Amino acid sequence: MKRDGRSYVVAQVDEREVLAVVAKHEAGCGGLIAILEEIQAIYGYLPEQALRQVAQATDRSLVDIYGVSTFYRSFSMQPRGKHRVCVCLGTACHVRGAQSVTEEFEQRLGIQSGETSEDGEFSLETVNCLGACALGPVTVVDGKYVSKVKTSQVRGLLDKARKGYAQSGNGEDKEAFAIAVSCPVCSHSLMDAGFPLDDHPSIHVKVSIDHQEGCLRLSSLYGSGSLASECEIPPGEVAIFRCPHCLAELTGADDCSICQAPMAPMAIVGGGTMHVCLRRGCPGHLLDLQ
Amino acid sequence: MKGKVTVTINGLIVEVEKGMTILEAAQFLGFPIPTLCHMEGLSPYGACRLCVVEIGEGARAKLVTSCTYPVEEGLKVRTASTRVLRARKMILELLLASCPQSKIIQDLAAAHGVRQQRFRQEHEDCILCGLCVRMCEEQMMAKAIGFRNRGEKRSIGTPFDVHSETCRLCGGCMYVCPACQLRCTYNEPEKAICGGCENLTPPCIEKDPFDDMMCYMTPCVACEQPKN
Repeated sequence: MKRDGRSYVVAQVDEREVLAVVAKHEAGCGGLIAILEEIQAIYGYLPEQALRQVAQATDRSLVDIYGVSTFYRSFSMQPRGKHRVCVCLGTACHVRGAQSVTEEFEQRLGIQSGETSEDGEFSLETVNCLGACALGPVTVVDGKYVSKVKTSQVRGLLDKARKGYAQSGNGEDKEAFAIAVSCPVCSHSLMDAGFPLDDHPSIHVKVSIDHQEGCLRLSSLYGSGSLASECEIPPGEVAIFRCPHCLAELTGADDCSICQAPMAPMAIVGGGTMHVCLRRGCPGHLLDLQ
Repeated sequence: MKGKVTVTINGLIVEVEKGMTILEAAQFLGFPIPTLCHMEGLSPYGACRLCVVEIGEGARAKLVTSCTYPVEEGLKVRTASTRVLRARKMILELLLASCPQSKIIQDLAAAHGVRQQRFRQEHEDCILCGLCVRMCEEQMMAKAIGFRNRGEKRSIGTPFDVHSETCRLCGGCMYVCPACQLRCTYNEPEKAICGGCENLTPPCIEKDPFDDMMCYMTPCVACEQPKN
C-alpha cells in the first residue's frame, strides 16, 4: 500500500492482545503460523510492533518470523482496506478470463492489484491458485468465494461488499442453491410454488406417522432444514413420505449414514437423485447429481 | 557410529569415514570440486548447485549436489564426467547472467571455459547462496539477517530493512559473500579494488553496446560473442 501512515489504517497494537494470542498456541515451531494468522485476523495485517512482540514472547528471532510472514501470500505486512477482494489468477482461472476480471476490478476501484483504494474501503489482491479450478474464475470477496465470475458481475460484487456480506440474507448466499425435485415413480413435480419456504418453492410430500397423515413442505434450499408440517412429527421419530400425486411411498434408497433410518429418494429435475433422511431432526441427506 | 565405507571416486577405490559428504571426501582426496555455497563450519545448504557430481552407473546415474550427499557403501562417484562438466558450465552461465560483477564467479566461469552468456543480463549482487545467513546464525550466533519473501522477490536482509539489534557489525556476512566480495567496479574506476582492468584496453570498451560486459573474463566474453 502506498499511503501508509494514515490514522485509520495503521493499527494500534495492544501488547496484551498479542501476548494473549501467543499464549494460546504451543511454544514450538508449529505454532508460529497459527499465531500470525490470529494476529492478522485482529489487525487485518501484521504490524511490525506485533511481530517484534511475538519474537520476544516466543523466544524466536525476528528474522525467522519476518521470513515466514513475508513468504506466505496470505500474510500482509501493509495495512489493508476494509474489504478484501482476491482474484485467482491460476491457470484454469486465467484461461477462463480471470485477467479481464482483474482488470475490471482495477478499473472500478481505480487501483492496481496489490493496492488499497484511496478511501481505505477495498484492497485488491491476486493469488496464484485457490484450489477451486473447476469453478473458475474464482474471486474471494471478504472471505466469500464467488465462482465463475464475469466482468459484468464485478460491479455487483463490489456493491454487495460495500453493503456488507454479513447483512445479506441466505437468499444471496452463493453457496446455498435451490433444488427442484419430482416423484421418482410418477415423475410429477413435487415443487409447490404456492407455499414458499426460504423464498423458494417448497417440496411438497404427504407424510404419515402413527396413522396420522398430512402435508409436509420441505425447504428446497440445499442445506436448509426448514420445513412446515400439517401433522406433528416428534423429534427422533421416523416418518413415511408419499408422493402427493400417485401416493406411492418414497422408499428404496440407502439408509442414512448418520442415524441409519431409511431415506426417501426424490428425482432432481435435470438429472440425479436426492435422498432425505426420514428421521425428524436428522440433517442426513445425500445429493447424487448425474 | 564411526566407521569406514568404501566408495569409488573417479575410479579410485578408497575408504573414507562414514558421515562425510561426497564433497569432503573428494576434497580430502584432492579432487577439486568448485563450490560457492559451502564453507567448513557451516551447515551444508546445496544452494549454488556448482558442486554437482554424478553418482551411480549407466541409466541410473544421476547428478547430486556433493555438499549435501553423505557417502555410502559402494557409492560410485564421478566428479568430472562430461555430464557433470556440462551441467557446471550451464550453472556458471546462469550465475553470470544474474551476477556478472562477481570476481569469484567470473574466475570460475573462465576456468571452466565458459565463453558466452546467452541469457538476459541482470545485475544482481546476490546469488541467494545463504552463506551470510548461515554465517550470521551459526558462527556469529546473531541471526540478524535472513531470507525474505519468495520466488523472484526472494532476498536476504534484515527484518523491515532496518538495522537489527542483534547485528554486531562483525562483517562476517560480507567476508563470506561470493557475489559482492571484490566487486568489479570498472564503471567507477576510482572505487575499483584491484584496478587490473585499467591497465589493459578490452576491445569491447570502444563499442557502445558492451558497456555492461565483464572485463575479468579471459578471453573477454564480449569480443568472442558479440551481443546482437
